[in-house]
Parts: sequence; C-alpha cells; structure tokens
Amino acid sequence: MSSKRKVNVALVGLGKMGVSHLAIANASQRLEVSAVCDSFTLLGQMVEKHCDIAYVADYAEVIARPGLEAVIIATPTRFHDEMVHAALAQGLHVFCEKPMTLSAAVSEELAEEAAQRNLVCQVGYHNRFVGTFSEARRLLDLGAIGRVRHVHAEAYGPVVLKPAVKTWRSQSDQGGGCLYDYAAHPINLMNWYVGRPLECIGSELAKQYSVEVEDAVYANLRFGNDVTGQVSVNWSDETMRKMTTRVTIFGDGGKIVADRQELQVYIGATGKAPEGYNDGWTVRYITELTPPIDYYLRGEEYSAQMEGFAEAVAEKRIACVNDFRSAAETDLTLEMIRARALAEPPPVSAMPTAVNAPKSRGVLARALGR
Amino acid sequence: MDRIFFGDNQFFGINHMSEEKARQQMMRFQDINAIADTLHAAYSAGVPGFMCTTHERMIELTQIIRREPEKWAGLRFYPGMPYAHKYANAVTELGPFEALKQFLPSGGLLDAALRGSKALITRDVESIITLLVDAEMKAFEGLETPIVFLQNVVTDLVLGLGYHDAFAIFSEHVKKRYKAEPGFFTMNLPMLLPALDAVGVKNPIICANVNKIAFRMSGGIEAYREATTQRPARVIAMSVLASGAVPAREAIEWVVNEPYVESILFGASSRGNIENTVSLIREADAKRLTAA
Repeated sequence: MSSKRKVNVALVGLGKMGVSHLAIANASQRLEVSAVCDSFTLLGQMVEKHCDIAYVADYAEVIARPGLEAVIIATPTRFHDEMVHAALAQGLHVFCEKPMTLSAAVSEELAEEAAQRNLVCQVGYHNRFVGTFSEARRLLDLGAIGRVRHVHAEAYGPVVLKPAVKTWRSQSDQGGGCLYDYAAHPINLMNWYVGRPLECIGSELAKQYSVEVEDAVYANLRFGNDVTGQVSVNWSDETMRKMTTRVTIFGDGGKIVADRQELQVYIGATGKAPEGYNDGWTVRYITELTPPIDYYLRGEEYSAQMEGFAEAVAEKRIACVNDFRSAAETDLTLEMIRARALAEPPPVSAMPTAVNAPKSRGVLARALGR
Repeated sequence: MDRIFFGDNQFFGINHMSEEKARQQMMRFQDINAIADTLHAAYSAGVPGFMCTTHERMIELTQIIRREPEKWAGLRFYPGMPYAHKYANAVTELGPFEALKQFLPSGGLLDAALRGSKALITRDVESIITLLVDAEMKAFEGLETPIVFLQNVVTDLVLGLGYHDAFAIFSEHVKKRYKAEPGFFTMNLPMLLPALDAVGVKNPIICANVNKIAFRMSGGIEAYREATTQRPARVIAMSVLASGAVPAREAIEWVVNEPYVESILFGASSRGNIENTVSLIREADAKRLTAA
C-alpha cells in the first residue's frame, strides 16, 4: 500500500471531529496532511509543534498552498457553504463534515459545481461505511425483502441531559440542535435506502432542556412508490450509554433491522434469500461484516470513509459513497421536517373539542379492581 | 505479570455484538452489589487482577472493597484512563477550554496557561497530562495498582496525530509518581510499537484485541506477529472471543498459541462463565506446555 501516491490534503477546523479526522488522515497511507487551519491559534500552534504539521490561521491562505489537492472541512456547519465554495473554486477535492450546509438549495448548487469541475466531493455520513448498514443497502438492491413499504429510523443518546452552556451546537441558525446534529444520521440512512421524500406529513421538534434548539425529532415522511417513513430521534435519552442508531425496513417479502452491531433479516414467503441468508430469520454481526482497516479510531467506519475519499481522489473517481448530491438529499429532508414543524398549526376553532377523560372509574372497572 | 485479568466492560453494557444484550447487562448491573459479587466470583476463581476504567461506578466499587479488606486480600487494580466519554461530552457541551478547567485543579499555572500564555504549547502540555493522570488516580490511593493504562481512544488518537512524546510523558509520570508500570490499550499494535520504541518506551505492556478472526486488529494477524517479532512487547490479549463470534474453547486454544501473547483479559457476567473461561485458559496452557 505504501507504494501508492499520497494525496496532499489540508484540514480545517480542530474541533472534536476535526481532531479525529486529523489523526485518521495523518495515519493514512494514502493521505499526506500538509497543513491545518483553525481560528484558535493556540491549538493550531500545538498541532504545529507536536504533530509537525504546518499551521495556517487563514483559510484563503491554506487552500491556496501550492501542491494542495484536497481539503477536509470540519468547521461548524454555518461555515461549510462559503468554505466549500472557495475550495471548489481552487480546484480542490472536498471532504466535508455533515450536515453539508444549512440550505438544501445551496447544497444542490455546490453539488452541481463539483460535478462541473470534476472534483471528488464527499460528506461525513460515516454510517454508510458501517458493515451492517451497508449490508442492508446491498440486500435492498438485491430485492431480498421485495417491495419496500415503510422505513423506521431511530437514534437515541445522552447528549443533552441538562440545560446546556451556549456553544454553536445549541443554536439552530448555526446548525446546532438534535435535527441537524443528530437526526441527520438516521435520516441520511433512510435517504440511502429509499431516496428523498416527497413530503413531510407531520413533525414535532420537541424541547426538553435546550432553550434555542430541539432535543427530539419526531416526523412522518412520504416517499415515492407509496413508501412511508418515520423518524424518532432523541438526544436527551440518558438510558443510552452512547448514540444508538437503528433502522427498520418493512417490505412485502421480509424485514431488515440494522444497528451498528447487528443485522437481523427476515425473508418471508415472497422474499428472495441471497447467498448466506435463510428463509425466515438470519442474524449477522459487525464482527463478520467489517472489512479490515489499517488504523482504528473510535470505529472502523471513520477510517473507511477517509480511505474511500483518498482512493476516489487518487483515481479521480467522482462517483463516491456520500457524494454531495446524496448529502443534499439529506439537507432537503431536514429542511422539510423543520418547515413542517414550524408551520402554523390549524386555528383552535378548527380543532374538534377535546373529550374530557372520565374523572372516576366506571362501575365495571371498580368491580374488576382496575 | 498476571496470566489472567478480569475486565469491566460487561458492567457498563458494552457489548460489541448486540445492543439488546448490552441493555440487559446494564439492567443486571444496576445494583453495585451485583458488580461486587461478580468481581468476587472472578477473584475466587483465582483472578485477582481487575482491569477497570475510571468511571464513577468503578470508584464506587473501590469504596465497597475498601470496607472489607480481608474479603479482597491480594486484589489488584489495573486502572485504564481516562474515561473518555466524560471528557468528550464535556468538550461538546462546554468547549475545550471550559472542559479542561472543569477537570483540573483551579488556580496557578493552568489558569495562566488557559488565559492564552504561549507556555501551554510546550512545557505545560506535560503538566496537563500529569495533572489529568493524578486526578484520575485519586480514587485508587492506597490500593495496589501495579500497572496504569492509557485507554485506547487516547493512545490511538495520540498515535494518529503523531504526538508520540506524550507516551513518554505518561510513562515517566506513572513510574515516578505511582511506582507502577505504564500500559497502553490500543487497536493499532503494529503502528504503536515503533512509535513507543522511538520515544524510548521499551518492551511496553500492550493490551490489544487478539482473536482468531482478526476483529479490530488493525493491519491483521500477520502484522501483529511481525511487529512483536521486531520489537518485544508484553501483550495482554483482549476481545479473545471477538464478542462471541468465536466459540470459547476454539478462541482460547488459538490465543494461547500466539507466541507474543503473555496474558489474557476477559469479562463475563456470571460465575459460571467466569469459572468456565478460567478453566479453559488453564487447560489450554497445560496442553501447550505438554506439547512443548
């Protein structure tokens, strides 16, 4: 592998994801991280001193460095739009953290621009590189569970468990909140499996602890071909040790339940069991569905997506997993859900009068002791 | 070094295969006494070495153990730090500055550094590392801790970033301050050994996945064999059963025959499983010795 040419890349944004990407890219045999960029000078200088990677404070300057071929953008979402645009104008391939931008129209424009310039552009929806989730996609492509009827996408985790200190993640106009920061992951998987929705029929962006953003997302979606979808995401769920994402796909010929560890597949009477699957239930685990990697940090999928990007750049292969167009679909879905939640509710007069619950239990209930 | 260590993953519902099983374990170990009983089962089965994170529940456990020293005579702790979720959540919630301040003693040098002094870049990174280690070690004061481990998230992050001097800083501090040996959890043994060697950490104690199906063995089994042939290391094998993907007997027979494996770390939730695993290891060891 070491004989392969290394792609010259710079990394922008030294937050949690940025530092993680930096370690992965720096350890990669296919990437050469030549510079980092962040507004936080002290952190940049620490990287320069201890990791021996040049620090450049100014973004315009870093993307203009001679020999640079690609840039990894891991800044808060509100900066993605301008930074991606500038990088494309420089002729750079782009790996951008999710979500892509705060506007589906802008994301679509950037996807168009990337295509015209023939540049590899990928967004960090790492779940598509998790063995169980990608196997689910393969099974759908094979028609294993027949016609798909419904997709249920869930994610729960303990992110906000008390009123939070103000950072960009707690402000919705900066891409914070459970919808853009958290629900984007299961929704992106949903898009991968059944495409972009036609409409959002109903949605609730519920607050629990946060002041400016939602802590939970509950939404119903309608896709083409009469497929329906349901999103249930809550980042204030302290019963979870860490983020837990699960997608359930109901088809005429079976069912697929996938999470990060486990893939449960039911092939029914009208389904087609591919090789390695039984009629009825088959359970496969991440231990057998994970392709080997050279460097591991927090999950194989983070390395796999970065290797995928490096490979696509080296081969100038524009069609990659998580290309800009696919990420723009997710941005559109997020926008639909938000728009529906913010839509004016029908006037009270148009609502049926609520039926009051009986105050005392009925005679029968009392007699039965219930 | 002990031949067998007992681990704590099961107490936190960490299961790399099934989220349902993980949840059941979490419910089962809701009661700290259930944790203590399971640990005692391992201790009674002849495994007095407990490798644990610095999670607050483990701190609670140390307090229970301190109350009955005779019941736990000879029990040794092998703490692994930091408990990374604690820091990661704080960084997300508070930002890097505030998070660091929350975990470190206030006043003096650090406040000055955080106000933007350039000193943070050089000498004070060392101070921060050692202060964080001390904060994590507080709960183990007076307990026997022969090895102090760096958790894999941190080891592997530092490795990827290329800040290898940090390994030497950690090692020196653990040796000097705690008279203990430094240990490193990693998912990247073949990449880590040369990095440790380069900063003078020789014949290191490494705890890494070693299993027949190469699950989370970055680079693959051959790379592990080659790396340990080139640079000696004392390897503790973990995830030997690959979360249950390999049957226990087969998994253990395979791992004891990997020449670089010195010890085995395992976790289990019931007395039966603990005793079974320990006897499988003893049997496999005996078989290997007879063959040799």
